[in-house]
Amino acid sequence: MTCKELVDFLGSYVAGELPEGQRFTFDAHLAVCPDCVNYLESYRETIRLGSEALAAGETEIPDEVPDDLVRAILEARSK
Amino acid sequence: MLAVATRLLKNPEDARDAVQEAFLSAYRHAGEFAGGCQVGTWLHRIVVNAALMKIRSRSRRPEASIEELLPRFQQDGHHAEPASRWRTAEEVLEREERQALVRSCIAQLPESYRTVLLLRDIEELDPAEVAAQLGISTNAVNVRLHRARQALRTLLDPHFRGEAG
Repeated sequence: MTCKELVDFLGSYVAGELPEGQRFTFDAHLAVCPDCVNYLESYRETIRLGSEALAAGETEIPDEVPDDLVRAILEARSK
Repeated sequence: MLAVATRLLKNPEDARDAVQEAFLSAYRHAGEFAGGCQVGTWLHRIVVNAALMKIRSRSRRPEASIEELLPRFQQDGHHAEPASRWRTAEEVLEREERQALVRSCIAQLPESYRTVLLLRDIEELDPAEVAAQLGISTNAVNVRLHRARQALRTLLDPHFRGEAG
């Protein structure tokens, strides 16, 4: 396996979606290639930094939401 | 809510339109809110959908190529440049500065890649849902996500890389 082949399938590797045989080949390459280890770790960190920078799934209602809209939603829920 | 729409649309005017359309849609569909989630979460989702409608409806603009942000390899498949170990995030910047840096790098991604990155890694929609929303195949979603992460990594690399060696 080359570094390019490893990097091409990194998304599947990180998601744990590689078949066992392929994962074994990946791990064998990582054991001898510090560049790919560094790349893998920085790829994972990139995903984490993205989540940290733009946390989604807001549960608080922002101030910009009109009060009567919130009332309408809450009234609908209470019915 | 405006921040959510701006992330996806970049253009502030489009983002304001999307939020307004989302609020109108929320008024119309308030009766359908079943209370299975928080009101804020429900509204957040409606804003994301309104922004996606806008992306789909606006004419396709030519966008910058992502190729120059992807890693390069030698002919034998080895990395063209050594990949440095990154310093820990805490070593680099204070949290708020770091978040601002990452947001500015995400904003530099070409739109079709930025949209997929935001929907998959930030909004955590599943690949089939993103594919349906954008009218592309699940495989295309996976390819774009991987390229978007690689490009974002390239943009962050100068800030996070440690000493060589």
